[in-house]
Amino acid sequence: MPFDVYLNVAVGGLLTGLVYGLMALGLSVIFGVVRVVNFAHGEVMTIAMYLAIVLFSALHLDPLIMLVPIAAVLFCFGYALQAGIINPFITRAEHMQFLLLVAIAIIIINVLLILFGPDAQSVQTSYSYDSFQIGKLIVDATKLYAAGAALAVALALYGFFQFTTIGTAIRACADNYTGALVVGLDVKHLYALTFGLGTACVGAAGVMLVLIVDVTPSLGPAYTLLAFVIVITGGLGSMPGALLGGVLIGLTEAMAGLIFTPSAKSMFAFAILVLVLLFRPQGIMGKKAA
Amino acid sequence: MMFSRLFENVSPRALVLMAALLIVLFGAPFLANDYLLTVLILILYFAYIGQAWNIMMGFAGQLSLGHALYVGLGAYTAAALYVHFGIGPWIGLLVAVPIAALAGAFIGYLAFRFKVGGVYFAILTIAVAEFARVGFDHLAWTKGSSGLFLPVAQFTSNDLWLLRGQPVMFYYILLVATVLAFVFCRALLQSRIGYFWLAIREDEEAARSAGINTFRYKMIAVTISAAMTSFAGVIYAFYYNNLFPEQVFHISRSIEIILGPIVGGVGTLFGPIIGAFLLTGMSETLIAALHAVGLDIPGAKQVFYGICLLLVIMAMPDGIWPWLARRIGLSEREK
Repeated sequence: MPFDVYLNVAVGGLLTGLVYGLMALGLSVIFGVVRVVNFAHGEVMTIAMYLAIVLFSALHLDPLIMLVPIAAVLFCFGYALQAGIINPFITRAEHMQFLLLVAIAIIIINVLLILFGPDAQSVQTSYSYDSFQIGKLIVDATKLYAAGAALAVALALYGFFQFTTIGTAIRACADNYTGALVVGLDVKHLYALTFGLGTACVGAAGVMLVLIVDVTPSLGPAYTLLAFVIVITGGLGSMPGALLGGVLIGLTEAMAGLIFTPSAKSMFAFAILVLVLLFRPQGIMGKKAA
Repeated sequence: MMFSRLFENVSPRALVLMAALLIVLFGAPFLANDYLLTVLILILYFAYIGQAWNIMMGFAGQLSLGHALYVGLGAYTAAALYVHFGIGPWIGLLVAVPIAALAGAFIGYLAFRFKVGGVYFAILTIAVAEFARVGFDHLAWTKGSSGLFLPVAQFTSNDLWLLRGQPVMFYYILLVATVLAFVFCRALLQSRIGYFWLAIREDEEAARSAGINTFRYKMIAVTISAAMTSFAGVIYAFYYNNLFPEQVFHISRSIEIILGPIVGGVGTLFGPIIGAFLLTGMSETLIAALHAVGLDIPGAKQVFYGICLLLVIMAMPDGIWPWLARRIGLSEREK
């Protein structure tokens, strides 16, 4: 195979990887602050995906335009979920939190199945088959837009955490739970806010993935796993780590799909996870050992 | 000897209740119709694996979310030996169990050496199971994703040696296995190993300070749990007669396995059994109820199942058994 085929696939994987990175960023934020294992992360993303599909097929609203509104809806969903159901579980054992979110995931998957049926759906925009050519490099327009939007959302989130008072307060909760309570922070509200931000992130990622992949209700678990692989690879609690992990996994999957067979590509993502867990358990950008 | 203290601290009331339960379970096939028998087989299957999983999580405190790996390895090894070489399941077991135990030991060695614990350990177990799923999808020797099939016929007699026969035979095999697993776990809990496990579960640092070789005892837990689980895999293969990597190794199988013991009560001996009865019973009742009201759309059952699950874990964070034990006056005996 000529070299430019590899290059094109690599660039495609890299761009998809940035969207993966945004998805994982949502998980990392929730896990890093609330310390809850969101095992319904991919399932929450499928909600956003179906919202984008319904809005497109019914009202012809472009997913890229609906990015912010859908992320806002997902934020409210995440806020309500944390404040209403998950909050009592934050002090409970990990396996109980896991089970709670598995129950939520089961409900989400099957409500979507009832509403939309098992068949794959996709969005065909006017630019679905557009591409840009730079020398020998051909880049899909959808992937480029999606990756650009992912970067923008990630930057906005970073700015929020670094430069706003609420963002600083959330980081305080993550650093020292008791300390945050002592200085009078409304931790329950801040946790719900964080969970909402995490689901908004994964929602935005979902809206962009709609441009790239076909959507079925059963897509959730695979993406939940993928998000975990990326977060652990990149380093828990590190925002650049999540994006870097996403790019690494996106690139690996694309190359594995090209060199071996697409159906075996997730094997390589898991192989990377095992290697990272073995040799650098804190992740590539992580600070301290877990 | 580890079994000598088996009946220590067991109240007469508990013994009578257990004897009654055993009699009911042994007599059930004479009263149950075919449908009920298949449900009971499913319940015993989950009760047995739940017990095996509980050794890792409930006793030693190591959360495994990839037990489908051991079921799959057991099932595929025994089935492939039977299909390719005509080797019967009981001999196949001698190969299947060590393979699963080795896989468990491998995961344990990797994780515990590098102090990978908690959620990280759980993700590692999922990752290895998923790795196996995709791997078996591409393994020609076991027919890859097109599935491995055992030759079937209409069985009129039960061949216990080759496990070719009617459901009732599998029912009794699983019943005996569940009883043996229960007794074995009770013996383990009362042995030195059991106390070390509980110490590790409660506070690993403290356990290490007290001179317990935590690496060694966590390894023992994962190996025993994997070996026990693979036996259920062998039975699964010969009961269903077909194996697909997508089904056997899938993450949802691993989740099914752990629902029972968590709902029933993690770390308790009766938890996995109660949990299996309740969840499988609930699932089957939902099917019947939804069918009766004409709500036969795909997904409806799972939605109700998810809601029930949610309610149970919100109402009873420690599981059902601790609550039930207080109700029937056994709480001091079984923790």
